[in-house]
Amino acid sequence: MSAEKEPLFSGKNLKLLTEPLNDSNPITVQVLGVCSALAVTVKLKPAFVMALSVVVVMAVSNVVISLLRKTVPPRIRIIVQLVVIATMVILVDQVLKAFVFDISKQLSVFVGLIITNCIIMGRLEAFALSNKPWQSFLDGIGNAAGYGVILLIVAFFRELLGSGTIWGYKVIPESVYDFGYENNGLMILPPMALIVVGAIIWIQRAKNKKLVESN
Amino acid sequence: MENLVNIFVKSVFIDNMIFAYFLGMCSYLAVSKTVKTSTGLGIAVIFVLGFTVPVDYLIENFLLKEGALVWLSPKFADVDLSFLSFIIFIAVIASMVQLVEMIIEKFSPTLYNSLGIFLPLIAVNCAILGGSLFMQERAYNNIAEATAFGLGSGVGWFLAIVGIAAIREKIRYSNVPDPLKGLGITFIITGLMGIAFMGFMGIKL
Repeated sequence: MSAEKEPLFSGKNLKLLTEPLNDSNPITVQVLGVCSALAVTVKLKPAFVMALSVVVVMAVSNVVISLLRKTVPPRIRIIVQLVVIATMVILVDQVLKAFVFDISKQLSVFVGLIITNCIIMGRLEAFALSNKPWQSFLDGIGNAAGYGVILLIVAFFRELLGSGTIWGYKVIPESVYDFGYENNGLMILPPMALIVVGAIIWIQRAKNKKLVESN
Repeated sequence: MENLVNIFVKSVFIDNMIFAYFLGMCSYLAVSKTVKTSTGLGIAVIFVLGFTVPVDYLIENFLLKEGALVWLSPKFADVDLSFLSFIIFIAVIASMVQLVEMIIEKFSPTLYNSLGIFLPLIAVNCAILGGSLFMQERAYNNIAEATAFGLGSGVGWFLAIVGIAAIREKIRYSNVPDPLKGLGITFIITGLMGIAFMGFMGIKL
């Protein structure tokens, strides 16, 4: 507790929140959590639910681990982390099943896969184990939001180009179809998610030169 | 037998863990820089998936599923523990990884040395937990089918990571636009490989 009177939203703390949105985005820069991310991006709605679930799991487990960080012996920390994450994921899964059953069916195994989502383990290891609860909370929200933003962008393009809808509403008018426009069926297929993410990385790095890799 | 081969081929090519479900992407992207290391990791994944899926199948069918506890006493006919499956599967995976590590260390020190660091990493590889969860969702009829599925998924993952590693070794000599270097081009190549793999769709044995 060095800076006891540090305001809750000091510059340093805000940075924890905003940095993952761009410069250290979990998906495009840290390459964490790609696993369960891409399969749920065919439509905007499941992608949003998924992003929200990750935010909840991430924020809570970050805080819990941060509170426990002085009592857990380092040798068993991985199993403790897994237990905390798995408990949170079970809770989220039960809530989804109870309130949005059809979306929970669409997400199928991917809710469960939040447990092994490297983004959560990665942030717990890298941040929550050595920081105070409030900072860990912000870090969790920030990283999960960075993950969610990519998810939503990918889902937006895939739904718009693949099914001509956004959030389930038709946005491309009938008259365009009459001219011979057709939905791009390829966008719904899994490989296109990878290519869309590749394109996002390309755009981001073209704007932000310091992220460019050497090979 | 025919059925088993069918499940195996289907999980290798059509329902490929990487190209159809993006499972295990983290290690897939991180460890695919050279063919040698990715071969090691791929073999380890085949091992672990081949072990954990059948074990989780037994647990699912004799402990967790609704009515699965009848063999203990008929009173448990409507006990449904399936909400515990996540936490139990992950525990099984973590311990299986430990076990496989010890077995390999005992019987083949050379393989152990070459796999070394990758084995513990596998515990948090989404492909492994994904394998168990898909097994649960698709409700295979018997343990042989579950094993065929597990091994098939492992082999599919192996093929995918060795393939991308070989391409990445070559791509070092080509002229990729700067911002696409590294991660970006790997994503796009994976997407193209996925499209190629979709050619297998609809195969039936």
